[in-house]
Amino acid sequence: MTSAFDPGAAATRATDAILRDTLHGTARGVVVDSPPGAGKSTLVVRAALELADAGRPLMVVAQTNAQVDDLVLRLAEKNPELPVGRLHSSDADPYDKALDDLPNVRKSAKAGDLTGLSVVISTAAKWAHVKVDEPWRHAIVDEAYQMRSDSLLAVAGLFERALFVGDPGQLDPFAIVGSEQWAGLSYDPSASAVTTLLAHNPELPQHRLPVSWRLPASAAPLVSDAFYPYTPFRSGTGHDDRRLAFAVPSDGSGPDRVIDEAAEAGWGLLELPARHTPRTDPEAVRAVATVVRRLLDRGGAATSERSPDPAPLTADRIAVGTAHRDQAAAVRAALAELGVTDVTVDTANRLQGREYDVTVVLHPLSGRPDATAFHLETGRLCVLASRHRHACIVVCRAGVSELLDDYPSTEPVQLGTLVKFPDGWEANHAVLARLAEHRVAWRPS
Amino acid sequence: MPLPRTRGTALRHRLAELRGPDVPAKALDARALAALAANPGCKRRAILDGAGVNKAALAGALGSPSVFGQSQFAFTRGNAFEAKVKADGGAELLRLVHEKLDRTAEPPAHAHVPELTATGPEGRTARTALALREATEASGEWTLLDHPMLALDVAGSPAFLEPDAVVVHPDSSWTVVEIKSFPMLDGSADPAKVGAAARQSAVYVLALEQIAARLGSGPEGGATPAPRVRHRVLLVCPKDFSNLPTASAVDVRKQRAVTARQLARLTRIEDIADTLPAGTCFSPDLPTADLTAAVESVPATYAPECLSACELAFHCRARSRASGAVTSLGRSVRAELGGLTTVEDVLSAARGETGDPDDPAVAALRRAARLRAEALGTEAVAPCH
Amino acid sequence: MSLIATLARLEAVSTGRAQPAATVRHRRLSERPLVFVPLTTAGEAGAPLGALVGTDRDAPHLLVVPQPRDRDLRFAFLSELADIVLPYIDTYADDVEAAERNETDPETGKRVKVEVELCADAPQLIVPSRAGIDFVRLLGRSMRFRRTAEQDPEAPYPAPPRVPLLGRWLTHFGERARVPGSSLLLAMTDVLSRHWATGQSTLEDQHLGALLAWIAPPEGETGAEAALRAELARDREGQLLCPPAGPATDPAFDNKLLAPAIERYDRARTALAAAEDGLEADDRLGDLTAAEREIRALVESRTRPTWDAVWRGLELLRELPEAGRVEERWTRDRWSFTGHRDRVVAGEPPQPRRDDAVTAANKLAAREREQARLEAQEALDDPLVMAGRRLAGEAFAGEVTEVVMAYSEGKRPSPRPLVTVRTDDRPHLGERAKVFRSLGGKPQAAEFVGYEGELEDGGALVVLRALDKMGRGKEPEEGSVPEKGDLICFTTFEHEQRGGAKLPDPEQTPWTHGGPPGEQESETADPLTAEDVL
Repeated sequence: MTSAFDPGAAATRATDAILRDTLHGTARGVVVDSPPGAGKSTLVVRAALELADAGRPLMVVAQTNAQVDDLVLRLAEKNPELPVGRLHSSDADPYDKALDDLPNVRKSAKAGDLTGLSVVISTAAKWAHVKVDEPWRHAIVDEAYQMRSDSLLAVAGLFERALFVGDPGQLDPFAIVGSEQWAGLSYDPSASAVTTLLAHNPELPQHRLPVSWRLPASAAPLVSDAFYPYTPFRSGTGHDDRRLAFAVPSDGSGPDRVIDEAAEAGWGLLELPARHTPRTDPEAVRAVATVVRRLLDRGGAATSERSPDPAPLTADRIAVGTAHRDQAAAVRAALAELGVTDVTVDTANRLQGREYDVTVVLHPLSGRPDATAFHLETGRLCVLASRHRHACIVVCRAGVSELLDDYPSTEPVQLGTLVKFPDGWEANHAVLARLAEHRVAWRPS
Repeated sequence: MPLPRTRGTALRHRLAELRGPDVPAKALDARALAALAANPGCKRRAILDGAGVNKAALAGALGSPSVFGQSQFAFTRGNAFEAKVKADGGAELLRLVHEKLDRTAEPPAHAHVPELTATGPEGRTARTALALREATEASGEWTLLDHPMLALDVAGSPAFLEPDAVVVHPDSSWTVVEIKSFPMLDGSADPAKVGAAARQSAVYVLALEQIAARLGSGPEGGATPAPRVRHRVLLVCPKDFSNLPTASAVDVRKQRAVTARQLARLTRIEDIADTLPAGTCFSPDLPTADLTAAVESVPATYAPECLSACELAFHCRARSRASGAVTSLGRSVRAELGGLTTVEDVLSAARGETGDPDDPAVAALRRAARLRAEALGTEAVAPCH
Repeated sequence: MSLIATLARLEAVSTGRAQPAATVRHRRLSERPLVFVPLTTAGEAGAPLGALVGTDRDAPHLLVVPQPRDRDLRFAFLSELADIVLPYIDTYADDVEAAERNETDPETGKRVKVEVELCADAPQLIVPSRAGIDFVRLLGRSMRFRRTAEQDPEAPYPAPPRVPLLGRWLTHFGERARVPGSSLLLAMTDVLSRHWATGQSTLEDQHLGALLAWIAPPEGETGAEAALRAELARDREGQLLCPPAGPATDPAFDNKLLAPAIERYDRARTALAAAEDGLEADDRLGDLTAAEREIRALVESRTRPTWDAVWRGLELLRELPEAGRVEERWTRDRWSFTGHRDRVVAGEPPQPRRDDAVTAANKLAAREREQARLEAQEALDDPLVMAGRRLAGEAFAGEVTEVVMAYSEGKRPSPRPLVTVRTDDRPHLGERAKVFRSLGGKPQAAEFVGYEGELEDGGALVVLRALDKMGRGKEPEEGSVPEKGDLICFTTFEHEQRGGAKLPDPEQTPWTHGGPPGEQESETADPLTAEDVL
């Protein structure tokens, strides 16, 4: 029934409208919601190039140095002639060394050295220290939903108008001290930059990118329903467009069976027996590592609209996601024992914005005696469940459903604050219900 | 979620047995229903609430009386405030509903305030349902229902609920109004109290939705759509240090979803009841020893939060402590202890007397114990400062 | 809760006594703190019922509002409170020392040093519990916009002269208490539970009586027994033996004792007003005085146990030596105090009801910085806190096993010695991670180079390259490089906090945040109605 829906056309329409508002609109700001893999970076690069073409000096604000370097590289790839400034901190190794190979990228810790360049890119933290006499005509604020309101306050004086792009479903920014005293204020400094922006400028044009090019047809509906109930999106590919196959047949073990299930269905749940464990549950950690090892050993090959010829599933196309740093460390150690070194293992926070063919996720609630607000945070699960192009394999102990049911919900309520939807509880249940359809129960020996 | 009739009857019978002969069921009010979400994992609380056992009386009979009480000063002030809010046929209250929730509607110049008195809760419930229907049909008008009575099906038995007020808007939608005597100071209020009020209101919203569904599908009203129950309720409180009313709209969608789930789960009390030994009874007239045994036959999941949410908490705390449960120190304590659940198990594992050193929980405990001992001066300390 | 803290609590359960959660005291205790034990009236927003207040453990001032709904009586209470608190504050406001502060020169825009006054010490308010801090804020909010007859002759219910000023000071104390590590206004339960781990939950630790029972149980009793008694034991009249630390009272006290006493007081007052001649009035005044005395006695009976408990807590805390970096944080409190003193003197208006966008952001940034500072300083000051950080992989301690001199490349080589540390800890060290140690109170940075093999006992050899604090020459200064055999501790967190970015002035608030707030209207007083409670 997807014949009526042409994802390419829908995405183009959205992009055109965004660029029209950005380049020719009258509003001071344009907000773009971008679900996982919907081409946010492509949009940012394109908008930057068009603004530069139009002769409008542009500053770009990203949230981390990695994001800044990534944007610089993408810009240079699209237009090697474009003079780009990379404003960086005065710490050691402030930027990716790959930037040194780009002849038209100038790097400096002083904004003054970069004046006159078409595009200047830096982190919000660095921009906050910059002073200008004349504001930039235009700015692009990337990952605006992960930027805190106070951080926008520090840089908003630098530009006249801006394009704000981000993913509302990922992890919210947070403060390390209480900020209840400002809850309900339109400019609560701990809220997200977009929340404050829209509270003060509700008339700004808001767009969203309607198509995820990353998530396969098996994943987009679930991720959209569970995490973006009011701003649905679709997959840019159909069920037959992607295929994950393995040269080596299953040995019948749990890990191999779950790999086959996930290759077929896009999702796989490797369920270990119920047990309360510390965060670094050795069995679960070993199970994650084993799945990764088998993914590599079985000669996986991914076919997709990008590569009609099967592309080998190599270590750099696989990632492991966890909730906590010590879990990531434990998985890395377990992988090293199995001789695997090049697979990315990181927490949800650090996997934001990344993309892989296959992800293996240690479920945030696996083995926990209690659920906490941290583990129920919608954004955490959303990040972990939306990094893959082909398949996502979740390793989890049984009993999470009961754990969710027993979660006490007596949250305080601050007057005047927007209720964040969806609720983590609901989203967790939705994901679990789907995973249960692709369950492989396994008792490691 | 109503149970099939026969099953429901059998369950009701079983629950009456649990209460004891001639002990009337303690009516569940909205506060009690909202509290179901406070510790949904507790089977003891589920069965006692589900069976309508008076937990305060039970706690007293067990020798650990509940400590909940209300100061008469607060009581008097609360009543006086509510009366003030509703004075003049609810003019101020309706003004607030209009201002905070429905600004595009015609301002409420005058409102219907139907008479809702009737005999008994069933009578009042029927009267309320009738008034709601009339008000809904008379669209274009504002109607204030002062202390209506709503019935909500809870595990097969009706619970009667009495919200402070329900307002029917000109567009025929319904709003729950909750009047509280804690202040809104410069626009904000105690979040814990607002949260409790939101959970309580969510119960009323659910009850109203059942009535609305019946209106929409009733024999006469088969064609009319069910009226909309608004998911933003109006919380009315004293403004700053005055007793002038002010109000805030509160979105209760989350609380509504949580309570709906917990109500649906209440049907599992039948499974819990089935696990009880035959003849189990929670009548406060029984000897303490029998009562203690009866209570002990249903597992509890005590946590310190229970102290402010459950009448039985002090009893359960004493039991939890006596059994050495680490959770008596807080739910979060267990997070890093893996399968270890008692104080003695944890300490002996930390001392290296028990436990598998390859278990990361045990290994972490030993490292923690070693580091702690070192810092407290039983071992050489590195100069960190 | 960290595993070390959990262990301490479990040990407390098993020994029946609270266990240390710190080896030094991480908060400043003034030599002369002002202890404030308020009670409030149930159901009313900030209508005080009474208080014990003062600096002398043996002679607290008892302040009572015999009819909390009576505005004049409440004003009398606040006026009395101002007469105690403000002179106490003034004693600190006058004693100053010269100090320097960095300011932006309005003409050149450059940062320049300015000679300013800094109060040599600062006042300190101690309340029993966190609810007490909220009550201080509430009192401050209720008073600071009041108008005195002098400020506004038209004011319908003018406040007594010093009441608005007290409101501004209490507001300042309440706001400062939100800053991590500050000591201007402390809740005794917070400070005690920072330093001891009890055998009960953090929720139960909010009960001052129960908390003290664990820390210093009476002879022959366990902490658990004593705490249970403090929480629940009642006398024959059904009154708690250990009344709640307030400001809320026990409903049983309200209903059985206080309400009848207030009723008697009201009756006596009505009777006095109705007296027809002097003789009758004398008689009835006697009744009224007796009724008032009764309420005073009731309030004292509920506050005195808490008063004694707060002082007992102070005594216990004083037994701990003050941590090394407390003085530095206290200096920040002194700056805060001096700053507010200056604003009052300069005639600035009271603190607004709500912060503007820039103020809110500045406060949040400052508090986050102070939180990071506090966490670092407590760890550096206290091996027990550092133990928690080591367990969490955020620090490691061990013995220096080897030092190899090395130098930076470039025209002027600087010392970059390689230091190998043998540790049993398991720090999270990423590639080229920076680590810090305290060298003469200043942080010395080093860079993680790698691990050197694995040891059989599970320990590790960590190789680091020292980066700074070794002087300007080619050879490092004496004592600036660790030596073989040194016991040494490195952290992965920084010891000092960098200042944040400068935010725009409020008048420059950008369009994203609503634009400039406009000309600040002076905040008006709360409107008054006949039945208002405050």
